[in-house]
Amino acid sequence: MCGLCGTFGSADHWTDGVGEAGTSFPAAERRRRASVANEVLGIYGLKLMEWSNRFTLTGRTGKSAVVDQFGAVWAEAERMTGRVCDPLDPAVIEAMEARRGIGDRG
Amino acid sequence: MTAGTSLPPVTVNILTGFLGSGKTSLLKRLLALPDLKDAAVLINEFGEVGIDHFLVEEVEDDVVLLKSGCICCTIRGDLKDSLLDLHHRRAAGRVPPFGRLILETTGLADPGPIVATLVADPALRHQFRMGNIVTVVDAVNGTENLNRFPESVRQAAVADRLIMSKTDLVDAGTIAAFGQRLTRLNPTADILPLDDITTPDASLFVSDIHDAEARAGEVARWLAADAHHHHHDHHRHDVNRHGDVRAFVLTSAAPLDWARFGLWLSMLLNRHGTEVLRLKGLLSIQGVDTPVVVQGVQHLIHKPVHLDAWPDGIVGTRIVVIAKGLEPEVVKRSFRAFVELPASLHYR
Repeated sequence: MCGLCGTFGSADHWTDGVGEAGTSFPAAERRRRASVANEVLGIYGLKLMEWSNRFTLTGRTGKSAVVDQFGAVWAEAERMTGRVCDPLDPAVIEAMEARRGIGDRG
Repeated sequence: MTAGTSLPPVTVNILTGFLGSGKTSLLKRLLALPDLKDAAVLINEFGEVGIDHFLVEEVEDDVVLLKSGCICCTIRGDLKDSLLDLHHRRAAGRVPPFGRLILETTGLADPGPIVATLVADPALRHQFRMGNIVTVVDAVNGTENLNRFPESVRQAAVADRLIMSKTDLVDAGTIAAFGQRLTRLNPTADILPLDDITTPDASLFVSDIHDAEARAGEVARWLAADAHHHHHDHHRHDVNRHGDVRAFVLTSAAPLDWARFGLWLSMLLNRHGTEVLRLKGLLSIQGVDTPVVVQGVQHLIHKPVHLDAWPDGIVGTRIVVIAKGLEPEVVKRSFRAFVELPASLHYR
C-alpha cells in the first residue's frame, strides 16, 4: 500500500489519498496528521485530535465538533471561530514561516 | 443492490464555448464519428444540432438513436435530474448502454458549477466521473470575447482541450497571436484547429487522465506548461497574466509531506476555490516511490492517481495553477510556508 492510500477510514475526500488499496490508516498516522494540522490550527486557537477514525476540533472555550475528513477541517474551523482561515493572509504566512523556521525567500 | 449500482461510472465530457464559437458545429461533426458510438450526448434542444439526417429511431420522448450508435438526449428540468434520469434509464436497459456522456453547455455557462454538480453531488458522484473539458474558441471573435466577457475567459481557463474554430476565416498571423494568448491563459491545454477540413477525432474526449495509457502523455503536456512558464519568465516577468487571470507554477525539489499538502490546499480552496479556476500537478511525496497526479477545477480536487514514472525524468513537484485575482507570489510564499520541508526538518 502506498503512503497516500486508504487514509481516514470511511471518509471520502481527495485528501484521503490514492485509494486503490482502500484500507484504513492506523490511528498513529491520523494522530500525526492531526499534529501537522495543529501547527496551523493553533493560530486560530483550535486543536484537532484523532478520534475513532475521525477527528474532533476543539476551541479554547471547550467548544468542539466532529470532523469526518482531514481536508474538511477548514469549514468547521471558520464556523467555530467566526474567523476567516486564509492561507494567503500575510500574518498567517508569517506565523507559519516563524513556526517552521522558513524565511521569506521570495 | 440494484443493477444500476454495479455499472461502471460514466465519463462525462463538458463541451463548452462562448456564444457563436462553433461548438454546435463541432458537435454535429463529432456525432457522425463511429468512434463515439459508446457515447450519449446531452444537449438543450434537438433543433439546435439538426440531427435529422443522423437519426435512426426515437428511443423515448427525449432520447434518439443516431446512425453512429451514439444516443442523443435533451436536458429536461435541471442538470442533476437529467443526469439521474439518464443513469436510471441506462441501468434499466431503456437506452443503449453508454460509457461516455458529452454534455453541451449554453454559450454563457461557467463550467465550474457543472463540475461541482458532477463531482460533489452525493447522488451523482459514484455514477459519473469527470473527463476532459473541451472548450471551443473562435479565431474570429475569440480575442474580443476574452476581452469583454468573463464567462469566455473562465471557459478557456478550465479547458483540457481548446478547439480553435473558424481558422479558415482569419490569416496565419491572427491564428498565431490568438494561439499565444490562449497558451498564456491556459498553458496546460492542447490547442487544436477546427476548420472546414480538420475535425478533431474522438481522442479529444477519450484520451484523459483516467486512461492509464494516456496518463503519462497527458501529464507531459502539463509539464510543457511549466517549461513555457520558465521560457517566458526570462523575457517578461508577468507574461502569463491575462486580465486578472494568471497561470503560474508551484515547484518543490524536495518530496512533500502529503498531510501538509492536503491541509494547505484544502485551506486554500475553502477560502479561494472560486478563484482557483484550474489546478494540475505532478507531486513528489515522501514515502511514495511514484509520482502522484493531482488535478482539480475550482473547489473540487479529483481523486489523486499515480504515474509509473516521471514523464521527463525530472523528479520534483510541479503544480500549474490558473487563478483569477490571486497574486502568484503570495500563493508561492504560502505554499512554501505551509508545505515545503525545510532542509533542517525531516519526518520519517
